[in-house]
Amino acid sequence: MKVTNYIKIEFPSRSANEALSRNVAACFAAQLDPTLEELGDIKTAVSEAVTNSIVHAYPNDVGRICMKCRLFEDRSIEISIRDWGKGIADVEKAMEPLFTTGDDDRSGMGFSIMESFMDHLKVKSQENKGTTVTMKKKIERKNLS
Amino acid sequence: MVINGEFKNGKLTVFLKGDLDHHAAREAMRELTLKIDTHLPRSCVLDLKNLRFMDSSGIALILKTDKRMKELEGKFCVVNVPPQPKRVLNASGISRIIDIREAGI
Repeated sequence: MKVTNYIKIEFPSRSANEALSRNVAACFAAQLDPTLEELGDIKTAVSEAVTNSIVHAYPNDVGRICMKCRLFEDRSIEISIRDWGKGIADVEKAMEPLFTTGDDDRSGMGFSIMESFMDHLKVKSQENKGTTVTMKKKIERKNLS
Repeated sequence: MVINGEFKNGKLTVFLKGDLDHHAAREAMRELTLKIDTHLPRSCVLDLKNLRFMDSSGIALILKTDKRMKELEGKFCVVNVPPQPKRVLNASGISRIIDIREAGI
């Protein structure tokens, strides 16, 4: 399918960039004229994915995170968050609700939220190579009144 | 993230303002724990009226506060939840185990 627009940003895995990245994704998605609820869903999903990279991919150092957003002609948005960190040993297990390797600051709900707020979620990971989370959501056309 | 609290007649109300994400959660939890430990309230109300954004970091904060209030044998509830945080609470399923209300106790 034809890509109609895209952005790509790269930033260090510092927690201040959680707000930055989700707001950039929301600004980019705004050209599809989403509802506030759809925008909130995108922001939440991006926040979860970027936080995962910050907390789990680079637990003891600061690494690179790359976010790509693409718009397609069918009014869907695809967002991918990539890191080059330590990777996930068992992706299936990591995606189970409440599973976390983090401390009690983490709820273990990140992937469940990404899954329920976006239409598609794909997680590709290799230990010590990194993780790419790709999410897609279609923004329905609103009826103009 | 701005955290304010008021304590009156055994009831601690804590107001969260801004974005509650992983970046803000540690400081928010520290503040909240400090307020609870200072007042040892009979009930704690978390008011989210001015919370602009919340992700799953907020779920961990709510669950930890609930646990702390249970240790104190006190009540805990979350009030005035805006639409975006509400979707996160509902998606996580904790709206089934935490008292979430429209107004205060």
